[in-house]
Parts: sequence; structure tokens; C-alpha cells
Amino acid sequence: MKNWPLWEVFVRSKNGLEHRHCGSLHATDATMALENARDVYTRRNEGVSIWVVPSAAITASNPEDSGELFEPAKDKAYRHPTFYNLPDELKHM
Amino acid sequence: MQHLIHYIFGIADNCLILGQRLGELCGHGPSLETDIALTNMSLDLLGQTRSYYQYVAKLQGAPATEDTVAFLRTEREYRNVLLAEQPNTDFAHVIARHFYFDVFHLLLLEKLQHSNDATLAAIAAKAVKEVSYHKRFTSDWVKRLGDGTAESHQRMQDAIDALFIFTDELFQQTDADLAMIETGVGIDVTVFKEVYYNTVRDILTEATLVMPESPYFRSGGKSGIHSEHMGYILAEMQYMQRTYPNMTW
Repeated sequence: MKNWPLWEVFVRSKNGLEHRHCGSLHATDATMALENARDVYTRRNEGVSIWVVPSAAITASNPEDSGELFEPAKDKAYRHPTFYNLPDELKHM
Repeated sequence: MQHLIHYIFGIADNCLILGQRLGELCGHGPSLETDIALTNMSLDLLGQTRSYYQYVAKLQGAPATEDTVAFLRTEREYRNVLLAEQPNTDFAHVIARHFYFDVFHLLLLEKLQHSNDATLAAIAAKAVKEVSYHKRFTSDWVKRLGDGTAESHQRMQDAIDALFIFTDELFQQTDADLAMIETGVGIDVTVFKEVYYNTVRDILTEATLVMPESPYFRSGGKSGIHSEHMGYILAEMQYMQRTYPNMTW
């Protein structure tokens, strides 16, 4: 069981919404991962669809690279669309 | 009426006792994922049991309740098959026991949905989805363990062999069963006996396991004659109600 690979679980809570990451689990293959995900993550009626992805298939950014990856965006407030004058008739923006 | 109640016990007591057996595994499953899966199935079975017992309590009238039906009968009054009460020897036994039962249970519920008795038909229609998943889960595990490592193959084969002698009882029909079949309420399970063994054989073959053969089968539970394990199950299950009568949550 120690060598069961790890899987990431994504659940769509209802039709029309996107799948959201909800956790991970161990399973020997995709079929078992799907069954385990059903049993572990949807037992309280949380979902209508499940995706499982081998954790190894995910390429993640390295926390050590946060400085160069994310910090440059911090002081670029002009990239947020907050400088437009919206007409009064526009309610939901 | 007595026949109907005994007929319902013949189905519901299997769910109760097997559910209790699976419940023992709560916190003791081989992995977190299988632990939750097994106890989910236990809860499915106990949910079905409640529906059946509520119906029995209604038939019996006050002071009977689903709790008195579940907890205050003596061993001889339970009508579950011997298969359901067999112990959780190892994970292969847990899977084999449930697998042998699931294949039967699904065939039964598919027919019971069309019973003349509207309550039983409604319970069966709800349970059939749960049990379809149980069968899928246990069949998958039979295949994984059978077609896995040398050790998992051997253990799965041992469990399949050890529990095979309890399968014939599933198809033995009591007087109550026959009387209910007569009225269109009960299901004649002998009609799908061949389908049952063929289904079991197909899955075992896919799992690279050998279909057991036995000239001898054990039975008795359906008429209240249980194995030595039953007393221990009831002692644990009934303890609270016997020690603190009428206690509730």
C-alpha cells in the first residue's frame, strides 16, 4: 500500500459548475482511484462528476521561484480593470 | 401476516448482520480509502434494514418499533443466511463474503422491485442502485486480488473456497418464502440460481481464480439455526438495548 500512487481528485458539485480540486488519495490505478474518490469525497452528496489525475502528471511551480514568478505582479495595480469609468446603467461588473 | 414478516426477515436480517460485520471494520480497514468504502456499504445495508424493519414494526403494531425488531430478538428469531455472519478473517474474506452476497442481492432486488407488495417494491427500487455499486466494488477487488501478487491470489482463492459452501443456502426457500411467492409478493430465487453461479464463475475466471466445487453445503440460518459466530455478533450489537432498555440517542 505504501507504493500505491497518489491521485488528485476533482469534483463537479453540480452541472454547469467547473470541477474543483477537493483532495487526494491513494489507488493502484485509475478505476480504483475513481471508486475511492466516490467513496471518500462524494458520500455526502457533494458531486455529480469526478475527475482523477495522477499527482505525478501535475507539473507544479516551485515555491522557491515565487519571487520571480509572482512578485513582479504585486505592484502592477494598473493591470486590474479598476480605472474605467462605468456608466451608471451597468449594475453587475 | 406471519409469513410476510418471516419473508421480510429473510431479506432484511442479511442486510443487518452483514452491515454489522462491515461496521466492525470501521477504523480497521486496510487503507483509509477502503475503510470508508466498507463502512459506506455498511451504512447502505443498515439503511435498507431500517426500511424493512419499519415496515415489519408497522405490520406488528405497537409496541414494536424498528429498534425492538433489530435489537430485541433472540438468536433463533434471526433469519439471515450463515454467509452473512461469517467473520472478517482477512480482507480477502471480507471481499469474498460480500461478493457472494452482492451477486445474489442484486439479482433479488432487480426482481423485488416488481413485487406485488408496494412497500417492498419501493425499498428494492431504492436499494438496487446502492447494491449495484457494492457488486461493482467487490467484483473489482476479487479481480485485483485474484490477478494481483502470488500472495493476494492465494488468499483470495482461499477465501473464495472457504465461503463457497455457504452459497447454496441463498437459494433455499422456507415455507414463508414459498407462501409469499404464491401471492406474488415474494421472489422465487431458484429461477436465477444458474445465472448466479454463471456470474460468479465469469468474474472468478477473469480474476484468474478457480471456481470452487463442493458436494456439500452448509445452511441453517434461514430457519434460525446459526453458526457459533452469531451469538457474539448479537452480544455486541444488542448490548446497549439489553443493558439500558429503551435507551435512545
